[in-house]
Parts: sequence; structure tokens; C-alpha cells
Amino acid sequence: MAAAVDEIKQGDQPPGGQAGRPSLRHRLAERGVDRTLLLLAPALLAIVLLFMYPFVYGFGLSFFPRSGGAFANYAEFFGDPYERDTIFKTLALALPATLFNTLVAVPIAYRMRGRFRGKRTLTTLLTIPVTLGTVLVAQGLLAYLGPRGWVNRTLLGIGLIEEPVQLVQNYWGVFFAIVISDFPFAFLLTLAFVSGIDPTLERAAATLGAGAWQRFRRVTLPLLAPGLGITFCLTFVLAFSVFPSAILVGDPAGSTRVISVAAYRAAFEEYDYSMGSAIAIIMAAVELTVIVIVLAWRSRLYRGTSAGGKG
Amino acid sequence: MRVPRMQQLRLEGITRRFGDVRAVDGIDLTIEGGEFIALLGPSGCGKSTALNCVAGLLPLSEGEIWLDDERIDGLPPERRGFGMVFQSYALFPHLSVRRNVAFGLAMRGVGKSEQRERIDEALRLVRLTKHADRFPAQLSGGEQQRVAIARAVVVEPPLVLMDEPLSNLDAKLRIDLRTEVRRLHQELGLTTVYVTHDQEEALSLADRVVVLREGRVQEVGTPEEVYLHPVNRYVADFMGYRNMFELDVERVEGEDLVLAGPGLRLHGRSRQKLTNGRALAAIRPDDFIVGEQGDSTVEVTVEVVEYRGRDFAVEAAISSGARLHFVSEHPLSPGEHTVLGVARERVLIFDTDADAGTESNNDGAAA
Repeated sequence: MAAAVDEIKQGDQPPGGQAGRPSLRHRLAERGVDRTLLLLAPALLAIVLLFMYPFVYGFGLSFFPRSGGAFANYAEFFGDPYERDTIFKTLALALPATLFNTLVAVPIAYRMRGRFRGKRTLTTLLTIPVTLGTVLVAQGLLAYLGPRGWVNRTLLGIGLIEEPVQLVQNYWGVFFAIVISDFPFAFLLTLAFVSGIDPTLERAAATLGAGAWQRFRRVTLPLLAPGLGITFCLTFVLAFSVFPSAILVGDPAGSTRVISVAAYRAAFEEYDYSMGSAIAIIMAAVELTVIVIVLAWRSRLYRGTSAGGKG
Repeated sequence: MRVPRMQQLRLEGITRRFGDVRAVDGIDLTIEGGEFIALLGPSGCGKSTALNCVAGLLPLSEGEIWLDDERIDGLPPERRGFGMVFQSYALFPHLSVRRNVAFGLAMRGVGKSEQRERIDEALRLVRLTKHADRFPAQLSGGEQQRVAIARAVVVEPPLVLMDEPLSNLDAKLRIDLRTEVRRLHQELGLTTVYVTHDQEEALSLADRVVVLREGRVQEVGTPEEVYLHPVNRYVADFMGYRNMFELDVERVEGEDLVLAGPGLRLHGRSRQKLTNGRALAAIRPDDFIVGEQGDSTVEVTVEVVEYRGRDFAVEAAISSGARLHFVSEHPLSPGEHTVLGVARERVLIFDTDADAGTESNNDGAAA
């Protein structure tokens, strides 16, 4: 970066005697380099110091285990079924919950694509869970879905069940928590993607004889699919790093011992930072794998404009 | 020329309200099979709303639409089966040209081999055979609109609706494609309703022009009728009667009138019954002749001269200071004094009330 700054400073001076060659300043300007780029410096510095450095440090740290060779941490993690299974437990939570969120967001966002009275109120209601925070959601779930909560009391009252159903302190508690706290993201993203589709396209499809379902399936869905890929990736990353709800409304020693719990235990209960870092890196690798798979699928779709003409 | 696929489309008092605004206000119109109808008016006159109502994209607030013996105003657009061409083309961006054109055929369950034949035929008609496998984004605006037209006509709809299809194109392309639209209409025996704000487009394309204002029909007639005999000052203004002078009525002899005012005395004709002592004289710039001939003469001072290739458009002032526009074959220079003449039958005289005279022509009878 320092070199670039020097070059720009040179470019400020009047062009020298090099005939036939545009000045450095012009050549840089052609590539979009000018002094306003310097305004990026503080942000770049913050990213490097606050994000890149800890990541690189943690990545390095994971290769210096308390004992054994460079890959001892990784070998230990994958060699121990109890640790290794955290990957699958987390995936078993994150994938279905994300899929559920994305798929449920589609019809709701699709229905809300136009303008109608009360749209803002409805959007606000659907978005509120984001503002609550996972701990509050977990509190609510415990009270609401717990053995003496409203749901069980109602089901008992109408005689559908004989004894309370276990809905928290297990897989389902965490599943519900992920759905509640991540759905607004899926919904807002999907709504943005749906709203980006030119409504004239559906009208054109209608005049060509397509009913409501055909219009959705043949016009809206193909244009929405790439956006759904992005929505899935972003909400998946949120769900995969689930931590507070896995402990508060889950079964953190058993079925919801997710990978972030494993990393936390290693780093802050056993004080093995190196192992904790290794688990964090594994976590990132799994997320990256899922994202790469989704993006590879997405790259095979149409991803151009979703408008019907130059407008 | 093929036989039209419908006999008659009747609009009976169709009305569409948005809140308190009547965007379309009781339009009656009968369209015969094979006709080319232009709905003409400035933006906001309700012409696109009317078209969307016919297509079924907007429900009616009042009125009925009849296609031959079937009442269709309750049907959704997909069951009316009218072809529609949009101003923004509205091509499906994720489908190739071929599959865009195939869309309507697939929805109607046409077999694959027949589909291929009809698509090839449609693309040949709009001269896009070479581009069949391209995507809309790879085509120019004119090509995209030709695809949209092919897509609309390939299903052989009883009625083709066009909503300002050429407005997004540049001037030269617009004229080329205009001819193509008319050619397709004739070759395929289509029945077309064409919405535009461009009077030249409406006059050159349509068999009958429907002039709209504030959701109501002002005049229905052949291009020649509408052009030569606008029914009121509003239609006249829209038809290029750029010179409008409000003057005192000096003499009335049947249809012949003499109007006078400061610096101006005009012999003209009126088909309206005038309601007061004032009236409006409307004259097209090209109906003035430079020189002392015609039934009325006007002395003017040239102010601005615009070169137009074959002739010159001139803005001049009469002695009262009012502006006047005319066309001259010879170059004039600013400051020059000249005399203009105009024939009696080319000075149209209207009542000062814009709404006068619309009722008699509002019966919507077929030509």
C-alpha cells in the first residue's frame, strides 16, 4: 500500500519528458486509482488488525499443540468420535433449520412482494425476533415450550397428550431457537431478492396463459433461485455457529453438543487455546465446504438481470 | 391475409377507479375483428389502464367486456388469451429467445414438433431466426421488442394488446419497427389495440384512432377524420394544431365564422355550437401559406427560425405580441416582416369549453 501512495505522489508532479507515453497519473486513473483510495486506509487497517490478524494468529496457533506434531490437534479431534460427532450434530441442526427458514421465507416474501396496506407492520412483526437476542428467545422458549409451559398445558387440557412433551433441553429446543432468531434474516433477504424481480414479467406470463403456480415456477422461482442460494449460505453460517441456545434450550452434553460448544470447552474449560483454535478452524472449513457446494450449484443457474428489458 | 380470430370485442362503460380517481371513466368502444385501433392520449389519460383492464391485468370497477358472445371481464388474464406487448419488453431474462417465444405455446400444451414449427415461423416473421439461441440481454432494444412481439403473436391470440411498445426505442428504430408492426398486423390478420402518446404513430398505424382524455373518449374516427376534424380544442391541440387564439366572435353565417381580436381577424369554420361570444381558432403551422393569399391574412414579425431539412419552422409575433407558428419553404431571418395567409376551412373554431362537442362522438359505434 505504501508503494501505491508513493506512486500517486509522483503522479502529482507534472509529466516529465517521456514523449508518447501517458503520464503515470493518467495510467493510474484509467485503473481507477486516485487519491480518494487513501480514504480506504483506516477501514483496511481496522480489518487487518481486528479480523485478519486474529484469524491468522488462531490458524497458526492451531498447529502448535500442547503435545505432539503440528497436526496433533486435528488428529485428536478427528480421532475422538465424541469430538468428531459435533460436526454432524451441528449439521443436523443447522441444515434442516436453514432449509426450513429459507423455504418458509419464500412464500411469505412472495406474497408480500407487492404493495398493500399493513405491509410495514407485518414486516416489522416478522423482523422483531432479530432484535430480541438469542438469550431472550431461549428464555421465552423455556417458559413457553417447557413441561409446564402454555403449549404443554394446552395440549394436556384438550387431551391430545397424557403427559408433557419434551420440547426443550433437547434437539427441538435448539431447532426452534434457530428458526426464531434466524428466520427474519432469511425473510428480509428473500424479500429483497423477490422485490428485485420486475413485476411486469409475471404479468407477461399471465397474458401468455400461465396461471399463478406456473408464473411462480417458471418465472419467479428461476430468477429467485440464485438469491435463495445466498440466503441459504448466510443463514446457514448463522445457524452453524449456534452457541447460546445450544446450551440454554438444548442438551449441551448430548444431542446438541455442537461444534462451538466443543471449541468453547477446549479453550475456556481446559485452557487449551491451541485445540480451541483447531476446532474453530475446522468449523470454518465445514462452513466453507457447504457454502462452496451451494455456490457451485448456484453458478449453474441464470444469474443475470431480473428485469425484463432495459427499462 | 388470414381471417381474424374474433368477430367483435365490445367495451361497455368500462370504468376503473383508483381511490377517488376515475382513471378510466365509462369507455364504450366496439372493436371489429381485423381492426387496428390506437388509443391515443398524453400520459395519465388512462389509456394504459384501459388496456390493462382489457388484458385482465386490472379488474374493472364498473362495466362489461364482451368477446363475441362471451362476457370476459371476470376472467383472469391467463384465460382471456390476449397477446400483450409491453413498453419494457418484459422478456424472461433467464430464457433464450426461442424459449421466450415457446412460453405461450407450452402453456397451451402445444406439442413439441408443432411448437418448433410455429416458433421458427414467428422468428422468421420478425427476422430474428439467427438470434434464436441468444438471451434477451444479448439483444438490442429493437430486437428485444421484436422477440416480445413474436412471443405475443405466436399463440395466434384473438386480440393483440400493445402498450407503448416503441417508446423505449430511438427515433430511427421506432419508425422501422412501426412499419413492421403494421406489416405483421396485415399479414397475420391480427386484431390490434395499440396504446400510444405519439399522434404520428397513432395516425400512421391505426384504422381508427380513439383519443382519450382523463379516462374518457374524446373522439373516435379514422386517422384522417381525427387529423382534419378534431372535435374539440383538446383533440386539436393533441393533433398538432399548435396555434390557438381565443378571440371575439364577430360574425356567424352557418358554419362560417369570423373571429377578431387585437392584430388578428380570421375566417374559419366550426362544427360546434358556440356557447358564448368568445371562441378559439386552431390552426396547424403547416396550414399557413407565406404570402397574401387565402381567406384571412396575418402580418407577423419573424423571431426564431428552425431548419428542418425540407423546410423551416418559424416562430413569429403578431402585432398584439402573441406568438404564432408557421412553416416556410424559404429561409427567413429574425426581424423580417411577412404576411401569412390561411384558407377558411383550415381555421377550426371551437368553443372555449374543452368538453363541448365530445358527447355527439362518444357513441363508440364501429366505423
